[in-house]
Amino acid sequence: MQKKLGRQTVKFESPTKIIGAFSSVGTKEAQGPLGEYFDKRFSDDKMNQSSFEKAESELLKTTVLGAISKAQLRFDDIDYIFSGDLLNQCISTTFAIKDFGIPFFGIFGACSTMCEGLSLGSMAIDGGFAKNVIAVTSSHFCSAERQFRFPLEYGGARTPTAQWTVTGSGAVILSGKGDGPSVTHITTGKIVDMGIKDANNMGAAMAPAAADVIKTHLLETDRSPSYYDLIVTGDLGKVGMDINKELLKKHSIDIANNYSDCGDMIFDADKQNTKSGGSGCGCCGSVFCGYFMKQLKEKKLNRILLVATGALMSTTSSGQGLTIPGIAHAVAIENTGG
Amino acid sequence: MTDKLIWAFLVGGSLCAIAQVLIDRTSITPARIMVIYVVTGAALTFFGIYENVVKLAGAGATVPIIGFGYSVAKGTIKAVTEKGAIGILTGGLTQTSAGICAAILFAYIVALIRNPRSK
Amino acid sequence: MAFKMTNKDYDKLVKKASPNSKLLLDTSLAFVTGGSICVIGQLLLNLYLKLNIDKETASNLTSVSMIFIGAFLTALNVYGDIARFGGAGTLVPITGFANSVVSSAMEFKSEGFIMGLGTKIFIIAGPVVVYAVISGVVCGILKYIMLIFGG
Repeated sequence: MQKKLGRQTVKFESPTKIIGAFSSVGTKEAQGPLGEYFDKRFSDDKMNQSSFEKAESELLKTTVLGAISKAQLRFDDIDYIFSGDLLNQCISTTFAIKDFGIPFFGIFGACSTMCEGLSLGSMAIDGGFAKNVIAVTSSHFCSAERQFRFPLEYGGARTPTAQWTVTGSGAVILSGKGDGPSVTHITTGKIVDMGIKDANNMGAAMAPAAADVIKTHLLETDRSPSYYDLIVTGDLGKVGMDINKELLKKHSIDIANNYSDCGDMIFDADKQNTKSGGSGCGCCGSVFCGYFMKQLKEKKLNRILLVATGALMSTTSSGQGLTIPGIAHAVAIENTGG
Repeated sequence: MTDKLIWAFLVGGSLCAIAQVLIDRTSITPARIMVIYVVTGAALTFFGIYENVVKLAGAGATVPIIGFGYSVAKGTIKAVTEKGAIGILTGGLTQTSAGICAAILFAYIVALIRNPRSK
Repeated sequence: MAFKMTNKDYDKLVKKASPNSKLLLDTSLAFVTGGSICVIGQLLLNLYLKLNIDKETASNLTSVSMIFIGAFLTALNVYGDIARFGGAGTLVPITGFANSVVSSAMEFKSEGFIMGLGTKIFIIAGPVVVYAVISGVVCGILKYIMLIFGG
């Protein structure tokens, strides 16, 4: 039984259901345009912890617990947890889930982690290796600033193409049976590097990977962009969105009418001074689990293509003047009825 | 007195404006710009040019980071003239020690009592 | 190559899509902010000189006072907010140097006062200090040579 369509796409025989989703965010995200959709809004970005790394762990932990309780499951019911984040060695994840006793696959895909987790989780279910899995990710503005940029109180300048790391986390419970939207296809992205080096222009670094995976997905599933109610990229921001549209246009793929970006949606760039938009694993994670899952459940949207995008660099590679390789994974999520 | 204030405003403001243009229009990072400023300050001092700027603009020339290069070079040259070769090593930090010590001391005290805040 | 496009062509596309900074606004704000900080410095210097403090001490006191102001505003968590508006106007003056040292100390104490704060306090200001010292030494050597040959 061949489940693969073409080189990169998998079609699931019996679509995996998303039976529960939960999102948690920090204060700035709660004040943003999507504020009301998030399940848990922390009133303090330290989450009552002594460091921002611990705060991010708390955020992720809250999200995992929220998702499990929403799906009315217990720890024992979960076969695997797929989780990753932005901090070195994924410490937000490990310290959040270490006491849960759930078999754990640590994953790293930078900001594409939400879709990487959704993809691997769906394959585990479709392959018959698991009944329920959880896919989760997080990012925190303060811990990311500490690791990638400057101290919080440092008065450094932000360029107009810079993005703002989202303090947020999203978790989904995937299951072979139950109610909820289905993961019908996944298209796993290849690394695409078009030579961008500016860490203040991540949108430009990731856009080619997003365009590549969208193009491949449509080709291999033989779908047109209009098949989807919405094509949603993870965190390209305003600049990356424009580039993505432009790149796809060169291949005669027009997504101008049904295209959004989580990074563009989560903040009010002018009022909140977030420049090009939000970024981070938690951007796509919280917006998908908070906003889009509700839209799907209420049937306001029935078919979306979620394309989380990641920039695969580190402070070391940037310091050595290397380019920023991009990655993007596409996941088709549809209300399949029944 | 007012003259000095006006010159301080103009010279200090211009030094900042030049840095802003470099940040906005080139790919030179702020860290490199600061280093370029400091080195330039030392070089201009060595050639006897910056002393005139300081005479004209006072704090407008010494408060911007370029003035740090000026102080180090001035201190070193003075020490070498007075004490010979050892001045090469003692002059620079002697001249600037008040600033560096103050920065470390205040930073330490602040770190004891205050925490960074999420933005 | 994913898009039958060279990196150079892509770079052009990116430049077209990326908004430029508002140069005139940014530069004006930097000019006014930086200029004002220097005026405060000059006022302090004038004050110290008026108190009959000798020139060298007055100049040192001015630096220390400006560093105190930068440190104080950083401690109140507001220097970053001023910098958002002042840009290079808050970066270039010595108050910005203070901000970089104080913000690093506050940030990295979470990894301990010795290995965190102690090692990372100059994580931003380090290059400035290093290159100031090196340029000072170069000036000193040149001056020394000139003195020998100048007689």
